[in-house]
Order: sequence, then C-alpha cells, then structure tokens
Amino acid sequence: MGGAKYAAEFELPDMAHAVLVQSTIAAGKILGFDLIAAKAMPGVLVIITPDNAEKLHNLKPAQQKVTYPLLQNADIKFNGQHVAVVVADTFERATAAAAAVRVHYRATKAVTTMDQAFSESVTPKNFSNGRAKPDSQIGETSPILPSGTLRVEQIYTTPIEHHNPMEPHATIAHWSGEQLTVWTATQGISGAQKALSSLFGLKPQNVTVICPYVGGGFGSKGNTWPPAVLAAMATRQVNRPVKLVVTREQMFTSNGYRPRTVQRIKLAANPDGRLLSVRHDVKTQTSMPEVGEFAEPSALITRMLYSAPSIGTSHRLVQVNHGLPTYMRGPGESSGAFAIESAMDEMAAALKIDPIDFRLRNYAERDPTADLPFASKALRECYAQGAAAFGWEKRNPAPRSMRDGHMLVGMGMATSSYPTNRMPASASVHLTADGSALVRSGTQDIGTGTYTTLAQVAADELGLPLGKVRTQLGDSRLPPAPVSGGSMTSASVVPAVQAAAQGVKAQLFALAISHGGFQWQSVSPDVLTLIDSAVDGPAGRIGIGQLFTLAKIKQLNATAGAQPAPDANDYSKHAFGAQFVEVRVDPDLGIVRVSRWVGAFDCGRVLNAKTARSQLIGGIIYGMGMALFEETRIDRNTGRITNANISDYLVAVNADVPEIETIIVDSIDPISNPLGTKGIGELPMVGAAPAIANAVYHATGTRIRDLPIRIEQLLA
Amino acid sequence: MSLPDTTRRTILGTVATLAALPTVSRADISEPDAVSGGLGLQNVTLQVNGQQFRVTLEPRVSLLDVLRETIGLTGTKKGCDHGACGACTVHVDGRRIVSCLTLAARCKSKKIVTIEGLSNGGDLHPVQAAFLHHDGFQCGYCTPGQIMSAVALIQEGHASSADEIREWMSGNICRCGAYPNIVAAVQDASGNVTEGG
Ligand code: FES
Ligand code: FES
Repeated sequence: MGGAKYAAEFELPDMAHAVLVQSTIAAGKILGFDLIAAKAMPGVLVIITPDNAEKLHNLKPAQQKVTYPLLQNADIKFNGQHVAVVVADTFERATAAAAAVRVHYRATKAVTTMDQAFSESVTPKNFSNGRAKPDSQIGETSPILPSGTLRVEQIYTTPIEHHNPMEPHATIAHWSGEQLTVWTATQGISGAQKALSSLFGLKPQNVTVICPYVGGGFGSKGNTWPPAVLAAMATRQVNRPVKLVVTREQMFTSNGYRPRTVQRIKLAANPDGRLLSVRHDVKTQTSMPEVGEFAEPSALITRMLYSAPSIGTSHRLVQVNHGLPTYMRGPGESSGAFAIESAMDEMAAALKIDPIDFRLRNYAERDPTADLPFASKALRECYAQGAAAFGWEKRNPAPRSMRDGHMLVGMGMATSSYPTNRMPASASVHLTADGSALVRSGTQDIGTGTYTTLAQVAADELGLPLGKVRTQLGDSRLPPAPVSGGSMTSASVVPAVQAAAQGVKAQLFALAISHGGFQWQSVSPDVLTLIDSAVDGPAGRIGIGQLFTLAKIKQLNATAGAQPAPDANDYSKHAFGAQFVEVRVDPDLGIVRVSRWVGAFDCGRVLNAKTARSQLIGGIIYGMGMALFEETRIDRNTGRITNANISDYLVAVNADVPEIETIIVDSIDPISNPLGTKGIGELPMVGAAPAIANAVYHATGTRIRDLPIRIEQLLA
Repeated sequence: MSLPDTTRRTILGTVATLAALPTVSRADISEPDAVSGGLGLQNVTLQVNGQQFRVTLEPRVSLLDVLRETIGLTGTKKGCDHGACGACTVHVDGRRIVSCLTLAARCKSKKIVTIEGLSNGGDLHPVQAAFLHHDGFQCGYCTPGQIMSAVALIQEGHASSADEIREWMSGNICRCGAYPNIVAAVQDASGNVTEGG
C-alpha cells in the first residue's frame, strides 16, 4: 500500500503510547516522585523516571549530537526538561496519567535570561564543529582612522526563535529480539542510527532508522533529540512498540531553537564610501554545559561579505538555564545578516550613498578573511537584476518621503549569502529488464523534493523516462548519506547517484559490446549513448530488455560514493543573493505590511526550477516571520516559555505574504561540486529580515535594531 | 519490512485507494477498564467518507485521534492539537472544522469527509490537482488541511480574489511557506469546482 507516511503514521500491532513529563523549575534537583495516583490510572504500563531509567552508554555531553540528561540523573538544568515518560495503552490515557505525575523538587537559583549573566560569557569550545574559529582578525585590530571617517556603532539583537515545523517530532520505536527499529522524524537517519546504537550499546546494524518523509525540519530535526531516545528506552522496557509524539508545547523545550543574539557592529568608512574597518562581536546564549553546547555563528558572514583592510569578529557564549540551542534555517547567517546588513544600511544613509552603490564600492572580489578566491560569485548580477525587476530607481532616498495615500511606503534591500556545503554520500542504482530503475540512498526528503531530483538525475543519466525511475530514501539500511542540513543534500547526494548510474551505464555498454553481436565487438564504449531505454551507437540500437535477454541477466546494480574534490578547499564557496522589499506602514497604528518582494539569487545550477522557486519563496517567508513576528518569550521568574504554542508564537500566515518574484541569475559553480549547484534551502532566508528593517527605516525614519519589529517600537 | 516506494506527491494521489477501506470494528481499549476513571467506553458509529466505522472509545477522544489512531486514516494531520494550525481540517456535515477540537463521540450520525474521501474514484479532486500543478506544498504536512479548507472556501464563495483567498486561508499555517503557490492553486481550482464537487 502506498501513501506518504510520516514517522507517527506507521501501524504496528499492540502499539503503546508514551507521553513526556517536563520539569516545572529551571534549576535544581528532583527530590522524588509521587506516582501512586498516576500508576493506578487505567491503561498505564510503566512510568520511567531517573529512578528506573535504563542506564545509557557513551554519554558525552560536549558533543552536539545528543542532549542530556535523558533521565540519567536527578539534576534539573532547564524548565521543560524531560523528567519522566508515561507509557499507556492509549494516547489519552498516557496523557491523563502524565498530568497526574507529581514531582518534588529542590529549586536552586537559575539564570533564566541572557542579560542576567551577560558579563560572564565564555569562549565556545566546539565552535562550528571545529570548522571555524570563534574569533578572526585581518589587518589592524584598531586601525588609526583619518579625520573625516564616518562611523556606525550599534547593537542589534535577535530573539529566541523556534523552528516549529508543522509535523511535531515523533518516534515509533520497536525493540524485538536484538533489533531496535525506529521510525522517527529526522533530517539525518545515519546520525540517528549512530546516536541510538551508541547510547544503547548496540551494534549499528542492530538499529534501523526509517524516515521516508519529514514534515519540515528547518534544523530542528538534525540532532537526535531526547524524545527519540526516550521512545527507544520505553519500547525496551515494555516490550511492545511505543509511539511518542511530542506536543506542540513540548516542541519548545525538546528539540532546540535559535538562541538569542546580541551583536555589536562597528563600521568605519571614508567619505567616498570605502570601508576602513569592520568589527562584529557576537554574544549568544547556550545551555548549561551539562546539557551541551551550541554557538550561533552569526559573524561568519561578516568575514567574507565585504572587502575592508581591517575585519575582526568574535563569538562568546552566555550560559542560561534553557535547553540546547541548535541550527535553525540559515544558522548564523540569518541572525548575523540582520546585524551587518542593517549596519551597512545605516552607513549608506550616513554617507548619503545609495545602499546598492555602497555595497558595490566594497564588493569583495575574493574572500577577505580566508584570503581565497570565490569558487563563483555572481552577486553583482543579483543586485542589477533584482534592482531592475523591483524598480529600485523609483526610490526616493529620503526616509519618510514616499506615500501611497495615508500609508508610508518604504523600500529596502539587503545582501544574502550562505556557504556551499558538501559531504561524502553514497547511492545505488538498480536497473531491471523492463527498463525501470530504482535509486536508493540513505538520505531523506525534508520537503525539498529530493525524491524527484534524484529520480530525474538517474533518468537523465540512463536515458529513461522519469516515470520509469523510482527512488527509495529514508532507511538506514540504504547506502549512507549525510544529514539534510546546511543546504547540501543535492550537492552531496546527486553526484553519488550520478556515479552509480554511470556505473550501470558502463556495464550496459560492456554488455552491448560483448553480446550485441559481431558488428558491436570493435565499438569503443566512448561513442555509445543511452537514449530512450536503448544503447545507441555506430553499430545500431539495442534495447535494454533485449540486451538483458542476450546476456541472460535479470538486473544490473551499481553502488557508488562521491566526495568533495580535494582542491575544493582552495576556494571560498558561497551562494549569494539580493533581496528587495517594499513595505507599507500605517503612520498612526505602526502596522507594517510587506507589499512587494523581489529576490535575485546566485545559487548555482538549478536542478528543478519548480521546487527551487518554492524553496526560495519559503525561505523568504521564513525571513518575514523572523523580521515581523517570531519571538519566544521567557518568564524571568520561572524560566518558562510563556508562548509555547503556535498561536502566541506568531509565524507568517497566508495573509501576511504578498506576491514574491524570484530571479535565479545565471551562474554555475564548477568547483564546489560537479553539478555546479550551490545550495538553496537557507540562502533566501538570509538577508530577508534586514531588508524589511531597512525598508521600515526608509518608510518611517525609525531604525529598528531589535527583532521582531513591533508596533510599539514604531509608535515610540 | 518493505521500503516505501512512493513520492511525496502521492499524498495527493493515493487517496483513492484509501477510500476503499472496509468497515472496521476496532476496540483499542480492553473492556475491563471500561468504567474506571469515570470514563466509560462508548460504542460509536462514525460515517467517514461514506463508510461506517464502529469504534469503541472514551468520550474524551478527539475526532482527529480517532481518525488517525483508530481508523487509520492518517491523511488528516496533527500539527498543534489546539485548534491553531489547521492541519487537522475535515468536513463535518459539509462544514470545515478542526478535528483536534472536536470530540469524536459528538460526531455520531454526522457525515465526515477527510482528505482520503475527497477524490472521486481514481481522479484527483480539482483542488488536489491544482495543488500539484502549482507546487502548493513542500513537506506536505499542512497540505491535507490546506486542501480541505480550500475546497470549503471555494464552495462558500470566498475565493473571488487573491486577497480574499489569502485572508480565508490564513487559518492554515504552512511553515514551509508555500502560500503564494497555494493562492495560485486555489484561484486556479475555483474556476473548476462546482457545488458539491
Ligand atoms: S491540529 Fe488541529 S488545528 Fe492544529
Ligand atoms: S508544506 Fe510544509 S508546512 Fe506546508
């Protein structure tokens, strides 16, 4: 039976349901549980607490893959930490019993917001997983600046934001024999397999992770978060399949968030609009070290975005009693671009230079901090094509100068950039006599169209109609592939699929030469092609089916891996873009509406124009949410999130979104990967929020440096 | 265990096979607990997509959970369980409702239509076809709810302009941000959908 099934939708006989119980204090210790009432409730099978939880192996709190404490001790490090799991025969019964669990705590003093410990920041230990250093400096740290230098020095902040994919995190775990099978909503099945096998002390081959479809992740499904581990723990305890679906409220404390950032930018420029020095110092929150560490790398973008003789950046962490932050769409770049691209707009205004012109005067021809050439860069074309489509020349540069009736009209722009990533990946291709192919790879489709893209690539390579190619993803028994994050799925997996398809093709050509008959024997494989399900060459055409009959075989298989080229490190690899926004602001009410959008992107070669456009639009809308709505609020006294639901945590809805025009500028990156793609998932989110803030400044004359932009800031 | 071999696009395409589900009688809950906790079990017959389902349930069970967990119609999605996201939208007696805030036991003798019951035989409903054509989804999780809302608002006559569609579709959150494509799909379909279609 077909049907797109998400993790929680697999049917297993005798399924039990698990519900999480969360801590109601932010710091302290569990003194004990009162479980009498809960245990007596109908249908309850077991209540797992730190007192009876399975002891896990290989606990390494420093690593980001798994967060703690996973019921391993009685310490409380944040409000909303999982303290118990109730397993019952139905969801309703487990929910009712979870509400009846009584926990006794001894509370200690907690740091519930970043500002309470702002001066006690620490240097990240595992910044960007070791791929970059927390601090950077080129040129003089404090260059002597000539008189007449213009300066902008401001602090920009972004709040805690939650990914809120529409599909809640969900896991079905089934322990039977020595085999753990887990259906879980994840952006990385191989990572989940590794984490679970390591924690439970099992061999990796004894853990199968299945995830054919993910209902959105945006970074929140990249790690193996506690609920998946606790579901696995529960099935091992009750010996029947267990389903654990995190509630929307629990999503705010169970699977990461974008941490609050406080970013100081210092720009200095000469009156001609050349940057003399750039500083970007970031403080961002992380959890208590026992839970893990994550640093939002907001200043990475400043290291490569513009050229200046002096560029310095730093990242520091403030430890707060909250859960572990994590990657969220455009991690680092989204929050960092808000700061640097707002400051660039402020400087352009101070210089009385057009914002695009100011950026062009400081255009980076090579990556200034890495001191490397860009693998490709078509940002100039993005500015030019975006501005033309938007009608930027109609913009009167004076703030508060444009009106449509009563409404103030503002036009703003900002630059986008996101690194082009790639990791090793593998795939297999399987061809049968009827001319149909099966592509398999242990990657996952998180809504980006991976199924279609991979089928298309194999169909092209093998000369088959698209309808003859099927794709299987989302199973850890398939050839391994990396996490679907960092906009790198296509760049990593497509070359592997291509290589596997080429392997099948080479075998087909060899068969044609060996079994095609006399006139084929002297043909070189180099002159053969695969068209319309047949091998085509100077000696004629042989259909795939015919060839299989001649060679007396039923199928051909090839498995292949692909990895980044060794010389890829000699280049700085990024996608780019330019965002153009028009807003309308009600001068009496301070209400901001986005009325028009043009985004022009240099995202390399595009494999599927339809799904690419959808991703670009989706990223821009995510950025609208960041600019205008999204903020997770914390109660200072209890450390509890006060808007942990999807109606008080505002995201963009249909009525917030105008028509969006996307332009993909011609650009192919020959270096980052053989396809020439540059990644598309995160890029359109970057620069969206500062473009709106800059448009709001242009409309109103009020500069907003703290997201989200609120009515009260505009009325103040 | 066999691997699924479908693409996400079959969210829209496989509904016809589901519509052929037999009438089931399932009690997920063992009888001895029937009266404990003051939550006596009830036998309820639900009419879903034109078929009768006899289910034994506690009165506190939502229509959404009965559809997904008991009857096995998982096309209707749970995004929030609080009436805030629209993912669970179904039609009850021709009206669109959020099934997470509807008690199943109150739906006796009402006509329930879910995404699985929308298509007619093997043919996609025009709104489903329009969503496919305009790429009105990415991860697909909000999509059944979007489509159920779209079908209803077209029938209610709230699809006369893009702005009206934006407003009336705003109860269905799409975190992937497929909104412009959703609006295009609804506009397109509104020309093709007739009353009861
Ligand atoms: S699940 Fe019912 S509205 Fe969200
Ligand atoms: S398509 Fe993913 S939430 Fe709408």
